[in-house]
Amino acid sequence: MSAHAEDARYEPVFVGERRKRLDVILERYPTKQAALLPALWMVQEARGWVSEDAMAEVGAALGITQAYVKGVVTFYTMYHQHPVGKYFIQVCTTTPCLCSGADKVVDAFLDHTGCKELGLTSPDGKYTVIEVECLGACGFATPVQVNADTIENVTAEKVPEILAGLK
Amino acid sequence: MGYPHKPHPRETPVISKHFGDPEARSLAGWKARGGYRALEQALAMPPAAVIDVVKNSGLRGRGGAGFPTGLKWSFMKQDDGKPHYLCCNADESEPGTFKDREIMRWTPHALVEGCAIGAYAIGAQRTYIYIRGEFTEPIRAMEAAVAEAYAAGLIGGNAMGTGKQVDIHVHKGAGAYICGEETALMNSIEGRRGNPRVKPPFPAVSGLFAQPTTINNVETLTAVPHILNNGAEWYKAMSLSNPKSTGTKLFSACGNIAKPGNYEVVMGFPFRDFLYDLCGGPLPGRKFKAVIPGGSSVPIQTMAEAEATLMDYEGFVAQGSMLGSGGAIVLDDAQSMPRMIARLTRFYAHESCAQCTQCREGTAWTTKILDRIVAGHGTFEDLDTLLSIADNMTGKTICVLSDSCATPVVSGIQKFRDEFEALIAGRRSSTVAMGGHAVARAGASA
Ligand SMILES: Cc1cc2nc3c(=O)[nH]c(=O)nc-3n(C[C@H](O)[C@H](O)[C@H](O)COP(=O)(O)O)c2cc1C
Ligand code: SF4
Ligand code: FES
Repeated sequence: MSAHAEDARYEPVFVGERRKRLDVILERYPTKQAALLPALWMVQEARGWVSEDAMAEVGAALGITQAYVKGVVTFYTMYHQHPVGKYFIQVCTTTPCLCSGADKVVDAFLDHTGCKELGLTSPDGKYTVIEVECLGACGFATPVQVNADTIENVTAEKVPEILAGLK
Repeated sequence: MGYPHKPHPRETPVISKHFGDPEARSLAGWKARGGYRALEQALAMPPAAVIDVVKNSGLRGRGGAGFPTGLKWSFMKQDDGKPHYLCCNADESEPGTFKDREIMRWTPHALVEGCAIGAYAIGAQRTYIYIRGEFTEPIRAMEAAVAEAYAAGLIGGNAMGTGKQVDIHVHKGAGAYICGEETALMNSIEGRRGNPRVKPPFPAVSGLFAQPTTINNVETLTAVPHILNNGAEWYKAMSLSNPKSTGTKLFSACGNIAKPGNYEVVMGFPFRDFLYDLCGGPLPGRKFKAVIPGGSSVPIQTMAEAEATLMDYEGFVAQGSMLGSGGAIVLDDAQSMPRMIARLTRFYAHESCAQCTQCREGTAWTTKILDRIVAGHGTFEDLDTLLSIADNMTGKTICVLSDSCATPVVSGIQKFRDEFEALIAGRRSSTVAMGGHAVARAGASA
């Protein structure tokens, strides 16, 4: 775990209860590597994002290299490789939602959060807004995912109220 | 339409019968509604007999390809001494499709039971239910149902006291449409990048962890307990058009339509009645223009084609498209077809795993040209270029994502050429006319 030496402040994720949970997950698969996605999820739940140090720790726990872990992390869109705002807001703009006005919902979120651009975090650190591909809820256009919750039937008009509810 | 909602009188709710009923979510509630009788029955039968019932029912895969389920199960060699696996495909990321989500939210035990029966039939000791990471509520519901089933001894090392091992685990994806492709899904479970594999070998020979594996869609597996409870003949009799398409199917409808949602009808139901009667027709003051009937990967239909369609595997093909996953995207006369198609190819460009040159380059190049046309800077040669790229993207890659990107382009230019030509001739720019700039901005952030 060379990266740990570089940052002495890094606190391991897989200790205590979380280590036990990882052991339970490992039982479910015939290889240790198969626990990689679940382990990365545990990191993101604990820390909010997946740092290089965390990749090294996960690699050491599962007997794979940090480079391999990074190769997997970068394939999947849901693992954050940088810290994001307290509220991570994903607006679906794929065709079924676009034809229902999803572009106006994106605009409303950008305007009301103070996020200058898609993917940037607002100056107060509270919000990050991105466009996302089909959320599998196309009949409830426009679905918006705020952290782990999906809000259905969002229109531009409802955006201020939704943001006010995020306290 | 959200739940609870009353089924339309012309629906035939089998799978969706308990949608909207919170009590059906718990084990006790599910048992009170007849749950786990089918599993008990299956565990008392030889596995080959279970497969025969499913074969005789005519059930075909609901994930997109429509492969006969019983036949697929029979490819698994019984008693070969190897570990077998069942994968349940709950990745549901095909634009226009949102049916598996509702099955898992409302009747999670129906899927647990379907998985357990399927696993027993193919001799799989372990099943993984691969659910896309964004589906947080379905994941919670499925994890709770699996835990309840373990605690009650319905699954586990000694399922229902029969000595059979039926382990089921939920595996959470992390954002990647391509992981719905069966071999990419297996790579993803193995802790790899979600790249599709070259076939053969097929999964029944060498699948998950290089062992014999079967993969089935959520809706496919959820139909199985009903077939065991009511018999193959009952299922086979539910067919309004072609005897090769049997049973009920959950169809999703979205886009510019009065009552979007999921509707369960018997195979062969008239698409016209589905669109105008069940889904309430167009929005006030508008007219339907086009339908992409089976999720975004199937050819676009004109309204004349859609209105002549009988909703089964053969019926959609006869009218220039495919049933696919059964998710209808409806577009009305206020939409610009080039703009809507450009956004779809952007989806495929974003989701390509980039292993194959034709797909990696083709999806990006197609999107670039379409964006140019939409912005009013296209040329007439661009249309020929698009068709030529589409040809190079079709039938030449490891998986069919590449073909899926070419499909709306080819069918769109074939059937709505006048809209492309009007934009090129400078008569109208979609972005300006429609007041939208999400497509252009998505380009900046990609
Ligand atoms: C790019 C791509 C994405 C797919 N996505 C899904 C999906 O999200 N859900 C699904 O069930 N099948 C999906 N499929 C189809 C699966 O590969 C496979 O055919 C299906 O899960 C088999 O189950 P069935 O026989 O029960 O339909 C996809 C296929 C491709 C090529
Ligand atoms: S066709 Fe596209 S998505 Fe499929 S394997 Fe090739 S590059 Fe990947
Ligand atoms: S297109 Fe937006 S949820 Fe499917």
